Amino acid sequence: MAEKISKETVVKVSRLARLSLTTEETERMTAQLAGMLEHFRDIDALDLASVEPMTQPYPLKNVLRKDVELPSLDRDEVLGQAPSAESGRFRVPPTIGFDV
Amino acid sequence: MQKLVDIVAGVTSGSLKASAVVEEHLARIGARESEIHAFNLVTADQARVDAAKVDEDVKAGKKVGALAGVPIALKDNMCTRGVETTCSSKILQGWKPPYDATVVTKLRAAGAVIMGKTNLDEFAMGSSTENSAFGPTKNPHDVSRVPGGSSGGSAAAVSAGFAAASLGSDTGGSIRQPAALCGVVGVKPTYGVVSRYGLVAFASSLDQIGPFTSDVRDAATLLEVISGHDPMDSTSIPQPAPSLVAVLDHGVAGMRIGRVTDLPEGCEPDVLARLEAAFDALRNAGAIIVDIKLPSIQYCLTAYYLIAPAEASSNLARYDGVRFGNRVEAADLNSMYAATREAGFGEEVKRRIMLGTYALSAGYYDAYYGKALKVRRLISDDFARAYEKTDVILTPTSPSVAFKFGSKTDNPLAMYLCDVFTIPTNLAGHPAMSVPFGTGADKMPVGVQVLATTLGEQAMFKVAAELERSL
Repeated sequence: MAEKISKETVVKVSRLARLSLTTEETERMTAQLAGMLEHFRDIDALDLASVEPMTQPYPLKNVLRKDVELPSLDRDEVLGQAPSAESGRFRVPPTIGFDV
Repeated sequence: MQKLVDIVAGVTSGSLKASAVVEEHLARIGARESEIHAFNLVTADQARVDAAKVDEDVKAGKKVGALAGVPIALKDNMCTRGVETTCSSKILQGWKPPYDATVVTKLRAAGAVIMGKTNLDEFAMGSSTENSAFGPTKNPHDVSRVPGGSSGGSAAAVSAGFAAASLGSDTGGSIRQPAALCGVVGVKPTYGVVSRYGLVAFASSLDQIGPFTSDVRDAATLLEVISGHDPMDSTSIPQPAPSLVAVLDHGVAGMRIGRVTDLPEGCEPDVLARLEAAFDALRNAGAIIVDIKLPSIQYCLTAYYLIAPAEASSNLARYDGVRFGNRVEAADLNSMYAATREAGFGEEVKRRIMLGTYALSAGYYDAYYGKALKVRRLISDDFARAYEKTDVILTPTSPSVAFKFGSKTDNPLAMYLCDVFTIPTNLAGHPAMSVPFGTGADKMPVGVQVLATTLGEQAMFKVAAELERSL
């Protein structure tokens, strides 16, 4: 399994997860994640080459419904719970023109 | 404490007023809730209105539902239209869902009276309610101890008599472990038996809603009401719900009860002694005890703590300050996302999002998430082999009785070990329930866990009922 998790990796993962961790949180998270990943090495000893991954507990396939119009949520009620809404739409800060 | 079935019988016959039942429960809430903190929100006014409606219907000779007048509490991760649903997280504080969860619709249709929303570990991540953003729930048996988690508020509400029953959700033991620690019955049904529509998602392939009650008959009655296929949940099993109350008096003569010979270590001696007493009780009632092995369950923590955070990191991506919940304003979209999530999520939730994001990220997916899914298969295969030899399996629910506040908060792994007996069930998608079975250290309640295979609820309930009768 992979090498011990570094602080740089934790910073990268926090960016992927859209979390702006504080320096202190990053330090603590690095130590805690390293401890957990160390514990998780117990499965390294298993021979899993011929084992099928299990993604769901009950085998249902292609659950479809009839293509007919059904009642939907009330738009005003939904938008009324948004942090910011305008003219029937969600309002967000600028999406372009800044570094990602 | 009043049983659910007695309330229904009394209210339906007119010998008991639903309004009086609700007032009794509100009085107990008034007397002790400030100490216990089972609820994030008590909806007393609406409960009184709903109870009065049930009484009117009875008086008018109208047919009332299977839960007429029963005060029920809901874990605060189930959507209630127009009523705040927080998941005990700052990020959702103040949010009023625009729709009801299917279980809420079913409860209302059955005449239940909803008492309020119960406290939980934030987003159901934890085993003690210490991760709630609004402060922990106390164990009604000893307020210096945790009620278990994550559905600690729902367990405490039934244990303290604040509600005749409650609903919780169980992703890795979040119904059964608090049920055991608070001395009540808690059921995690087969994955897909109860609709998850309107249950705020934690780990979608593991989450399942189930009841807390003060006895087995009440649990069977409530589970029958909330079960059944729901087109709004594509993982809902397209079969009618099994009949449970009808089998409770069948006994266990000739049933095969599995004893796991390679159970994970670290269980308190008093808890193991109660498990032995449970085997004795079932043997005396004519059951046959069968030794079985589940060699892969020693890896269940690893599989679970990779799979559940991976699914959670994906599910919780929706809390981005755009469509619902709270926002921290910033100059651009990405900064807004990060500031909102940093301020809105608590430490454990961030830890699991980080762990899950890491396990799913390029370069690590095969080493962690991919492997965990294969271990999940091994665990499921172990159960399949065991259930060729046995009808149900008995284990402890929790390795210990309720522990003191703060005793596990510094070490996430120690907290995760609380779920070692409950996690395998979720990975396999099977049903399991915790039945109160005496007391252990410091006279705190001990639960015995009854496990069964997919859709094996009838066998599970027969054994649970027998255990209860033997006390």
